[in-house]
Amino acid sequence: MANSAMAVAAKAPTSGAGKPVLSVANLEAWYGESHILHGIDFNVNAGEVVTLLGRNGAGKTTTLKSVMGIIGKRTGSIRFNDQDISRASSDKIARMGVAFCPEERGIFASLDVRENLLLPPIVRSGGLSLDQIFELFPNLKERLNSQGTKLSGGEQQMLAIARILRTGARFLMLDEPTEGLAPVIIQQIGQTIARLKSEGFTILLVEQNFRFAATVADRYYIVEHGKIIDGFANSELAANMDKLHTYLGV
Amino acid sequence: MQALYAQLLVGLINGSFYALLSLGLAVIFGMLNIINFAHGALYMMGAFCAYFLLNLLNIGYWPALILAPIIVGIFGMILERTMLQWLSGLDHLYGLLLTFGMALIIQGIFQNYFGSSGLPYAIPDELKGGMNLGFMFLPIYRGWVVVFSLIVCLATWYLIERTRLGANLRAATENPTLVRAFGINVPRMITLTYGLGVGLAALAGVLSAPINQVRPLMGADLIIVVFAVVVIGGMGSIMGSIITGFALGVIEGLTKYFYPEASNTVVFVLMVLVLLVKPTGLTGRAN
Repeated sequence: MANSAMAVAAKAPTSGAGKPVLSVANLEAWYGESHILHGIDFNVNAGEVVTLLGRNGAGKTTTLKSVMGIIGKRTGSIRFNDQDISRASSDKIARMGVAFCPEERGIFASLDVRENLLLPPIVRSGGLSLDQIFELFPNLKERLNSQGTKLSGGEQQMLAIARILRTGARFLMLDEPTEGLAPVIIQQIGQTIARLKSEGFTILLVEQNFRFAATVADRYYIVEHGKIIDGFANSELAANMDKLHTYLGV
Repeated sequence: MQALYAQLLVGLINGSFYALLSLGLAVIFGMLNIINFAHGALYMMGAFCAYFLLNLLNIGYWPALILAPIIVGIFGMILERTMLQWLSGLDHLYGLLLTFGMALIIQGIFQNYFGSSGLPYAIPDELKGGMNLGFMFLPIYRGWVVVFSLIVCLATWYLIERTRLGANLRAATENPTLVRAFGINVPRMITLTYGLGVGLAALAGVLSAPINQVRPLMGADLIIVVFAVVVIGGMGSIMGSIITGFALGVIEGLTKYFYPEASNTVVFVLMVLVLLVKPTGLTGRAN
């Protein structure tokens, strides 16, 4: 079973970019008694934007959480920059340079915007300065003293992305950054991701919004029932359109 | 009128202890999700710690004011590391039962060696005597307890609500998993928070030693009222705990003057009223 999944992972082209930043092999994960991931295999190379696509409940978010180390029980291999992180605690993983922007944004209600922005500690040099962040997200500057959850959904999403850019982490995991947002905001987030990519960030994206993903991703993996069942590059997208519609049920 | 002012002062003193203790309970509850029933026993340990420092090591009141909270705070952190941490994620009831058991054991050990009567602890020379304020006579030590407690409470509020460290703490209270995923060592923060809450209780114990003497059950008597204060104030807010603590002390004092028969029950009557009208407490937020 693991072998066939690995064959799929191998099939996905590596799009010329650098060596793998993240490689996941035969990852299984559990929420309490429920077995959610049944052997996930994929890799993300330096400078790429890779998207996990799949229906609700397929295991995309669980995959991100497993990489981040916030799933109670996980087995298999997760290597980040050639170090095994499959047994590390999430604070250690974050300090190695993995940044996580959770589904539903995770903005803290008891913190104002400035405190939310400054909360994640700097893990290495090279992060964006506050000025650079305000240039990217001008709205945040005007609302620094507002309570975090008083922001609009779009502003909260920008805050959630902005705060991990400060830390110096070069590998970002974004869980459904466009969920519930207006098209104009989605476009802005797309531009932000494109710009981060051009600055050399490596991004692992989870999306249900395939049309959004198509504007930013280099490669796709399809997650179904806790496994990667297919993978292809953006250039092969047109050829895979029919399959994709079947996978995603759209 | 003299008697009214005297009762008001007693009320403020009690209010100081209520505030320091309920503040610690609120901080601990926020981070650990544990209703720390051992709080009274740790308050008592603070007083005993000052007593031992003086009688065994000849270390006086002023150093004890710093040393006792640190020593008892470290003891608290050991309790958290060895026992309380295993309860994270479980229902409140487990923490309540465990800490209640701890309180019984700690108090039992002290009672075994020191009986139930009070041991004297003298007021430090610098704070002996009193001041005639015109309308009343103010024992200096009691004035000191009120002012110092207020300063400590406000400093704690400032630490939690206005500093980076406090922002980490508030965030971890809301969503510890995410805060940890940002690279912050949340388990260590939880241990230190428990140490802080326990340290505040021990500090109240030291402050109380010269007024109430040092007794193994001094905390057991107090903690029941403090829990009522916490219920009235609500667990959610730091400033709420401080204000409720002082206010209820004063209300108790006023009751002693106007209707002494009710002075022991007034806090509990208020608790019932608040529970009927606003079950989350005056400043508490529903979860």
